[in-house]
Amino acid sequence: MRLTIPEREIMTPGHLACQGCGGSLAMRYALKVFGKDTMLSIPACCWAVIDGAFPYTAVNVPLFHTAFETAAIMASGIKAGLMVQGKDTTNVVAWAGDGGTFDIGIQALSGAAERNDDITYIVYDNEAYMNTGIQRSSATPEGAWTTTTPVKHYKKGPKKNIVEIMAAHRIPYAATASVGYPEDFCKKLEKAKNTRGFKFIHVLAPCPTGWKSDPRYTIKLAKLAVQTNSFPLYEITDGIHYKQSIKVKERKSIKEYFKYQGRFKHLHEDEVQHLQNFIDENYALLEMKLE
Amino acid sequence: MVIKFQKNDKPVKITGAKDMPPMPAALGSMLQNKTGSWRNVRPIIDYEKCIKCFICWKICPEPAIDIVDELPVINYDYCKGCLMCMEECPKDAISYEKEGK
Amino acid sequence: MKKTMMGNFAASWGAQLSRVQVIAAYPITPQTLIVEKLSEIVADGELDAKFIKVESEHSAMAACIGASATGARAYTATSAQGLALMHEMLHWAGLARLPIVMTNVNRAMAPGWSIWADQNDSLSQRDTGWMQIYASSAQDILDSTIIGYKVSEQVLLPTLISFDAFFLSHTVEVVDMPDIELVDKYLPPYNPEYKLDVKDPRSFGALTAEEYYYEFRYKMQEAMDKAVDVIKEAGKEYEKLTGRAYKLVHPYRCEDADLILVTSGTIAETTNVAVDELRAEGKKVGNLRIRVIRPYPKKEILEVIKGVKKLAVIDRNISPGYSGIFSQELKSALYNEVNIPVRSYIAGLGGRDVKIQDIKDMANDALKNDSPNDLIWKGVKL
Repeated sequence: MRLTIPEREIMTPGHLACQGCGGSLAMRYALKVFGKDTMLSIPACCWAVIDGAFPYTAVNVPLFHTAFETAAIMASGIKAGLMVQGKDTTNVVAWAGDGGTFDIGIQALSGAAERNDDITYIVYDNEAYMNTGIQRSSATPEGAWTTTTPVKHYKKGPKKNIVEIMAAHRIPYAATASVGYPEDFCKKLEKAKNTRGFKFIHVLAPCPTGWKSDPRYTIKLAKLAVQTNSFPLYEITDGIHYKQSIKVKERKSIKEYFKYQGRFKHLHEDEVQHLQNFIDENYALLEMKLE
Repeated sequence: MVIKFQKNDKPVKITGAKDMPPMPAALGSMLQNKTGSWRNVRPIIDYEKCIKCFICWKICPEPAIDIVDELPVINYDYCKGCLMCMEECPKDAISYEKEGK
Repeated sequence: MKKTMMGNFAASWGAQLSRVQVIAAYPITPQTLIVEKLSEIVADGELDAKFIKVESEHSAMAACIGASATGARAYTATSAQGLALMHEMLHWAGLARLPIVMTNVNRAMAPGWSIWADQNDSLSQRDTGWMQIYASSAQDILDSTIIGYKVSEQVLLPTLISFDAFFLSHTVEVVDMPDIELVDKYLPPYNPEYKLDVKDPRSFGALTAEEYYYEFRYKMQEAMDKAVDVIKEAGKEYEKLTGRAYKLVHPYRCEDADLILVTSGTIAETTNVAVDELRAEGKKVGNLRIRVIRPYPKKEILEVIKGVKKLAVIDRNISPGYSGIFSQELKSALYNEVNIPVRSYIAGLGGRDVKIQDIKDMANDALKNDSPNDLIWKGVKL
């Protein structure tokens, strides 16, 4: 029996995620790598619900539920509290959605990164405020339908490039990941676990409910996002050394990615072409930085 | 007195404030929530076709596929029927049936 | 050991003597000196603590919450806008039942920008589940910080210690610093039953349905009720060690008074002087300083004021659309219990000086007028 990711399970089934939830899968991987000596800070996001209502929990590690904008600083506070008690080994992980990271939590995130607090910040990105019912966030890709960007006024303007923002803080480690590439994600989690200072991982977590996709396609979509170059997988060390972790030999057309998702189906041919051009430009920019 | 955390899959008994900690601190495991009841469709592994690659185990978001005697075994107490395992199986060893049939 | 120090530094030394372990703070006038001093104390190795220089007060309170949830003793200080920014997290600390102690230098809310004394900042946070103390001297600030942890850690509720900007924060007074050995004896290390602990993994603060939320509120109220006695006990124990007594209310010459002035903060200290002068003029006036407003010391107030003919409240705060907040609280405590007319004065908002003569004017006005009045603007320029 050859397993390509750690066998241990820490997260329990019985949690409240929707069928085919990329965010719950991401947590499963993260806890496999981080292990029992881990604490989580989770703000308002799907995971505030997925873990279960009082008096229950599904993560099997200490978890502090916190306010929307405080994932990072709550983790910093927890880390400081542990350090003064000599509990230096515990991995403190801030675990937030894209809204809590790209939007309302970016101030505390930037603060913790600038101080280089010894925590790992993981954003599981499902590209909208899914927990409140699919409202656009600054992580929503251009062209997408959400309940606050209805079809006639679909999301305009590009998705915020959060990894670049974090790299600009010159943090020791930043990476993108996808639940479609578990081995790659686990490797990055392992690196974060073994690096001191501030670590940031941006993991793409498809959401069947919000993306209007069949739950069975979660992995397929998480792979297609990478294979179309719309979500390239790479690592940035010390804010300057860019390394691609999954190389895409021949990028697939964005149409391939869109066709499994209802949130893009209103787009006309010229609009799809515009988005394809944007993705290609973005990727070309990244390529220039790759070592 | 600390109220002990209950690790099994049984519900926690709370009749009132006296059974609760001062703050909402968890007292039990979500294992008590048998999400198998959410399922519309039931994935079924054909072990004749299974090559033990464990991709289904690897990508289950619950997780509701256990490794038993070096084989992937679906735990129907918790499987929500998303069919990711069926979609990702490289040998088409997983099919499904409608529940309630 | 007696030392001269500003009120702000009394807060810093109080935190140091309490052996706080995590400090998270953001600068704001007139509080800043408190955390500047603490950062020096920590940098010099005189206190074994982590100081997180956060990027906002909201984060300062969040960091204290995180640290406290692990079982560490956490401290921060703020003022006005900073306290208002923390508002969401004040509820969080309260409902998470974390014994954080925070100093707030009472400063007026903007606009217009003001850095001067006014209690509207902290009184706006009255319903967040924090115990609230209004200190009236530098000694009170230092001692209340130590006692604050003692009480907070027993009842699992945070404590807010407020005092007036500049009148106290930047005024130098003589303070008796207790020896650290004495404080250690009084305040044992914090070791909560429920905390973030990898050996006992639990979630804290999960989704809580109406089925249970209501009972958590009930439990918080139980803790507040219990806190009344715990504060008394902690005060008595502190008195034994230091000779200094701290109660929920501090009456001054109230025994035979016809009129009792009800005050808080530095106005209370000035009122004591005014009372002496009024007494010398043959007027039977007393002063009741409300030191703790949450939990509300209803029984303790009633004990002092029973039999008095009149009450006059001086509020350095206002709930716009009604009246002064200490006045409202007092009147609600009297209702159903005793029938004593109350005259309510607003004074000193935004740092306007409240002088001995001003207090005597208000006392004389209350002595002259038998009718109650909900809102009298002392010295307003029309």
